[in-house]
Order: sequence, then structure tokens, then C-alpha cells
Amino acid sequence: MSDEKREVRLVNRRALLQLVGAGTAATAVPLAVAQGGAANHADSHGQPAPTPTAAGSTASSQPQAKPTYLFLNANEAAFIEAAVDTLIPSDEVGPGALELGVAVFIDRQLGSGYGRGDRLYLQGPFIEGTPEQGYQMRMTPSELMQAGIADVNAHVQEKFQTTFDQLSPADRAAVITELETRKVTLPTVPTGTFFELLYELTMHGYFSDPIHGGNKGKGSWKMVGFPGVSAVYADKIVEYRNKRYVTEPISIQDML
Amino acid sequence: MPTKLPPVDIVIVGLGWSGGIIAKELADTGLKIVAFERGAPRATDPDFRAPQVHDELRYSVRHELAQNLRKETLTFRNDPSQQALPMRRLGSFLPGDGVGGAGAHWSGLHWRWLEWEHKMYSGTVAKYGRKIVPADMNLQDWPIDYHDLEKYYDTFEKVCGTSGKAGNLRGRKIDGGNIFEGPRTSEFPNPPLNQSHNMVLFEKAARESGYHPFPIPASNSSRAYVNPDGVMLGPCHYCGFCTGYGCEMNAKASPHFTVIPLAARNPHFEVRANSMVLKVNLDSSGKRAVGVTYLDARGRELEQPADLVILAAYVFGNVHLMLHSKIGKPFDFASNTGVVGRSYAYQAMGGVSALFNKDTYFNPFMGSGALGTWFDDFNGDNVDFGKAGFIGGAGISSGSNSGAPIGRRPTPPGTPRWGSVWKKAVVDTYQHVTSVGTQGSVMSYRQCYLDLDPTYADSFGRPLLRLTFDWQENEFRQADYLTPICEQIARKMGADQVLARRRRARYSIVPYQTTHNTGGTVFGDDPQTSALNKYLQSWDVSNVFVIGSSVFPQNAGRNPTGPVGALAYRLADTLKHTYLKCPASLVSRA
Repeated sequence: MSDEKREVRLVNRRALLQLVGAGTAATAVPLAVAQGGAANHADSHGQPAPTPTAAGSTASSQPQAKPTYLFLNANEAAFIEAAVDTLIPSDEVGPGALELGVAVFIDRQLGSGYGRGDRLYLQGPFIEGTPEQGYQMRMTPSELMQAGIADVNAHVQEKFQTTFDQLSPADRAAVITELETRKVTLPTVPTGTFFELLYELTMHGYFSDPIHGGNKGKGSWKMVGFPGVSAVYADKIVEYRNKRYVTEPISIQDML
Repeated sequence: MPTKLPPVDIVIVGLGWSGGIIAKELADTGLKIVAFERGAPRATDPDFRAPQVHDELRYSVRHELAQNLRKETLTFRNDPSQQALPMRRLGSFLPGDGVGGAGAHWSGLHWRWLEWEHKMYSGTVAKYGRKIVPADMNLQDWPIDYHDLEKYYDTFEKVCGTSGKAGNLRGRKIDGGNIFEGPRTSEFPNPPLNQSHNMVLFEKAARESGYHPFPIPASNSSRAYVNPDGVMLGPCHYCGFCTGYGCEMNAKASPHFTVIPLAARNPHFEVRANSMVLKVNLDSSGKRAVGVTYLDARGRELEQPADLVILAAYVFGNVHLMLHSKIGKPFDFASNTGVVGRSYAYQAMGGVSALFNKDTYFNPFMGSGALGTWFDDFNGDNVDFGKAGFIGGAGISSGSNSGAPIGRRPTPPGTPRWGSVWKKAVVDTYQHVTSVGTQGSVMSYRQCYLDLDPTYADSFGRPLLRLTFDWQENEFRQADYLTPICEQIARKMGADQVLARRRRARYSIVPYQTTHNTGGTVFGDDPQTSALNKYLQSWDVSNVFVIGSSVFPQNAGRNPTGPVGALAYRLADTLKHTYLKCPASLVSRA
């Protein structure tokens, strides 16, 4: 009996924390805007960051504990935080990837079976094929990511005498563009392969169910109007033809 | 030496639709039947319970229910001059894994193929003469026709609770159904699913253009339904988590809750899940199968003797086992002889994206795997091949299947891929884009085939299957012909911007296209061009039968599951009423 009660209380507490979390994510943006004194998030001004790391400043503007990384080392985590913040910045349209926990998502993914290549064929010989033959390296996603981060940091060190996460937002965007357009050749990992992995994981973390650690408070779902997983539309599909269906999104965790 | 187990009557390799139907239909024989499934056992509850099953990352992106390439994959090249390299990541297609096979995570498009689609060679030559068939094209008839299969098509629809509207009831054409379909003996067991907004627009535009649109036959049950076997299907919720997912409602017909539990009523039926069949064993003459060798979950190698072996794996598994077990003559490209691995084909997906104004709302998250409106006016042999310059055609459709945003984050052309501009574009576009798609037939060619790879091995030590495939001129012309038609429909629907999705390029194994692979163990009347006779029996080893889309001589412009299920019911009839009474070759080799 008492166990049952405790369970109920626990669930309620979890739901409450989630509401607080969602509220925090929602209020963090206006707060940052107010501090920046402009229409956009402080990070989009292209000014040097006032604190040692731009990513750190974003994180510290939110009243949340700094994330604990299970897989990435401190340098890698700083890179990923800065990279996802550049790919999907926080702005008036919606939350950024960093504030939605995408760096944590990527950390969890890289440390999981996915990151370790548990569904990939990784037997040799390894021969470079045609683009139509697809991925042909022996590296797992986590190995690719770690080597790619080291490659990019070395490139940034040479060009800017600092690491990627220390760059101004404008310089970070310029480096990401170099990677996207394959303007720079990385020594270990093919530039395109690294960029596409970083890009894909950022999108996955931003849009997937919050149960995986990203998309905190269902921020991206609210932004695009995706109602989430509690999806019963048999009585709505006809009624809402050509009418926007809007509802508070539900995640997997919300229903458990 | 592997441990030899006590013999059984029948071994079935692969427990999806095909294997499940055979096991269920043979249940009342009381024979000892063992079904081997390489993947895990599965039940709707708890494996497909909501909300956990509505996890886009896990099922749609990471393909939890599909084949694990770490264990086995294939190698691929575009043409025989290249070195084939392994498919290291899943991409182009997603073969199923686990009890239910791909039937547990399919979309549910449940077709009867058109009469012509069973007789593509004779039907084409009768109209256009032999000269229309290119020299490298292996155009071939099925050894049976639509009418031989009609009652089995009918049975399979009723088992699946298929939702649709007949267009040809005993020869009477019915407006609103597919008027091009072969005559049906009965209406669909369930009424069509409800249409989404884009389908309403598509239907109107197609009708105004003089075409004949109809609801796609969907094995997503439009209402609560009890099938003739007494199995209950729930009503579809239009939840939008269908293709790639299990269905918590049992609204999407799947063998794991329909035929397989009924097969288990046979006290002598046994499922061995997590068991990988490595080889069919032949006797010293090479003319008779004596059983199979398999690895159990722990990796112990075991030998299961059996009187009859039925290969009911996916296309690649069936062909691989035939080649590795040396059943039938392997296809040799250089000499253009042999049959096992010959005539691999695929399907050509194309069409246009249609971007609408900001006042149009599609609510893309309301949908199901097979929810769509379709027309066949350019499919089958409805195109004038002589004038168009190609053989075959495509279905043209618009549907509403999923709004889950990892997969759906559309932006107008010219938008950056990231940053604030990208984000705003996704928000502005998410509700307002739909598509008009083509699903095109693909013919078989000498240069598109399956054989064993000389270099790479699977985790069990067997050579990998090698896939040699590329798009050919016939299929490019088909796309060139059909894309403008899609564009016209999209414009008529009211789209502001229409973007063609397909261009002439080599086939790539990288992006997902479709899991509609066919061929490699073709059935036919001529042992020089078919691995199986018309009863799906190996010409060479008469106690081996093969079932699945590996038996199709080429692919049509629609999904394969309908004829695969119908052929499985027919094979069960053949076994029960003919073969098991007198186990021998059912067709003598001329």
C-alpha cells in the first residue's frame, strides 16, 4: 500500500519536474534575448564571448545543472556543444539544439550500441568504393566522431590558434560551412563523412522523443506543431482536413 | 560435427508471411513442422506496446525490426566490371528480422497484381511484337495467371482485413475502385480508410484529368474486424507510426498475431527463434535434401533432418541458401546460363514534392502506412509501350503516412541546411507540403543478378551474397514519362511549387528507396530460365520449395505482399493435396 503511494508520488514528482523543465526551456530564450538587448539570441551577434566558452555561456544562462557526459571527454563535449549550437541556434523562431539537450543526446548515442557500430558490417578488407556503394570505412560512429573532432580542432588551431568551441559564433559558422562544403580536407576522417554524421545526429537529437535525452520539453515538436506519440486520429482525420490541428505534444515519458 | 537432432517432417526457413501461412495451413495435417527464424520471438504485447513503440529514432531511423548487418549483409556493385563492396549500413531496403519478418513492420499496401502483371512477356509481345523487348531484358511470364490465384488473393485479403473498394466485381467495373484490376469474386472485407486532405485534393485533380483514382487497398483495418480464422484486428488509429513500426492495435495485419499463433495449434509445430539456418543439406546424389544445418542462439551448430524443406526467407535469404547449398544451377553472367540468382529486380520510386500556400494544412502526422489514393492509368500495360518507348508502368499516388519530424523536416529549394534560416523554413513548411509519388515496375536484365561474393564473408563464415544492379534505360524512360504527369496533378491540386525528385543517376545502395526486391529463384515453365517449376518446387531438388518475392520473374509497379501471400496459400494447397500424398517432382523436366 505504502509502496503504491510512493510510486504515485514519484510519478507526480517526475511529471512536475518535467513541467518545470519545459517551463525553463521556454523562458530561457526570452531571458537570453533580454540580456542580449536585441531581437536575437546573444550568440548570434558575432561578438567574442564574454566567458571562456561561448557554449558555456549559453549553458550557464539556463538555471540548469551542467550536463554530465558519459562518453565524450571535456574537449569533445565542448566541441559538440558549440557545434550543435551553431547548427541549430536559439532564436525567436524556436529553441536551439544546445538548450534542448542535443549534446547530451549525442553523448548517449555515441556511447550506445549505435555508436559502437553494433548493427554495422565492419569486416575487411576495407576498400574505397564508389559513392553508390556507401560507407566503406572500418570506424564506428563514435570513432568517427572522436577522430573528426580532433581533426577539426587541429584545423581550427592552425587557422585561429584556438579550439572550435572558443571561436566567435561567426567564426564557428564559417568553420561549419567549410566542413559542409568540403572546403577543408581533414587528415583522418573524410570531411563530408564527419559533417554528415554531426549533422544527422544533431537533427536526430533535436527532433527525436525526449526519452533519448534531446528535444527537452518537446521544444522542437512544439515549434513545428508535431503532436507527438499519443496519436489517435481516427476521429480527427476528416474533421481536420485543411484545418491546423494543434495540441500540447505528448512524449513517451509523459504516458508512462 | 554438428549434433544431429531427431528428424521432422517439414522444415520452414523464415517465419514471416510466407512461412507463417504455410505452417498455419498445414497445421491440421499434424505433421512435425519446425519453423526457423533468424531473429527474436515477438508478440504485440509487450513488444509493440504503446507508447514505447512510437519511437521514431528507434524504429524508423535505427531500424530496430530490420536485419542486423553485423551478422549478415550483401555486397553491391552497379555493374559486373566493378568490385562489389559490402553494404555496411542499412539503406536502400530493410529486410525484416524476427518472428513476423517484414510483415511485422510493413506499411500494409495489399495488392492483387493486374492480370497483365502475371503475363508480362506474352501480354507485351501479343500487342507490340517481340522486337519491343530489348536484348538484355529477361522478360518472362508467370507460369500461372491471375485466375489461378484469385481465390488465394481473396483468402489473403480476408485474413488481413484489407480495407478497400472493389473496381471489378466478377467483371462488373465499379467507379471509385480500381477499374483496371482483374475480376474479383468478392468485395474487400473492410471499407476504405478515411481520406486525408491531400488525398481529397489528389482524387479531385486525378478525376478532372480523366484518370481513375481509388483508395489504396490497405491492410490497416478501417474498423474492428474478426477474420475468417477468428482472429480479431483492432481499428486503425491513423497514428502515423506504421511503416517500420509494430502496431499496438493489431490493426496492421501481421503474421505474428494472425497465422503464426494458429500454426501453433498443431502440437507438433515448433518455432525455433534466434536460429540461423546456414545451409540446406543434400544427400550424396545432390538431388535430395536431407535437412538443414543451423546455429542456435548460443552458436551451437545443429543438424535438423527433414523430409521436406521450404525456403520462406526474404529474397536475399532464399537466393543465398540456394546458392550456398548448391541447389539448382547458379547464374553465370559471362555465359548467360544458369538460373539461381538470375533476374533480380527492384522498384523505381519517383514523383514530385508539392509545396502549398500557408493556408493549406495537411496534418501529416494523421495517417497510416497504406493510407493513400492511387491511380493505375499509367500502370500495368495501360501505357502504349510502342509510343512511350518503354515496357511497364507505375502507380501514381498521394498518401498520408507519417509526420514524425526526424523524417519530415521539409524546406523549400535553396534553403540552407542549418542555422536560423533553415529552422524558420522548416516551421513554415512542415504543414504545407505533400507529394505525388510514382511506384514503378522494374524489369529484369542479364546484367542485374545475384551470386556469391568471392571476397567477403558473413559472421557465420559463409560467402556473402553479391548484388549487381543498376537502373536501365527502360526505367529511365518510364520516369521521364511519368514525372510530368505527377507535376500536372500536383499543380491541379493547387501547389505553388512542384519539385521533381528523380533524375537520371546510377542506382545507389545508400538512401532508403523501397523493400520491394524481387527475383533470383524465379518460377516458370522452362528450367533454362527458372529455378522453380510452377508449383514453386526446385527443378533439381524436388523436396525443396521456395516461396516469397524471389520467385517473381520481374517486378510490377506495386507492392509485392499480396501475391506473396496468395502464392503461399497456393503452395500450402499444393503440398496438402498433391505433394505430401506422393512426394515427387510435380512437373517432369522435358
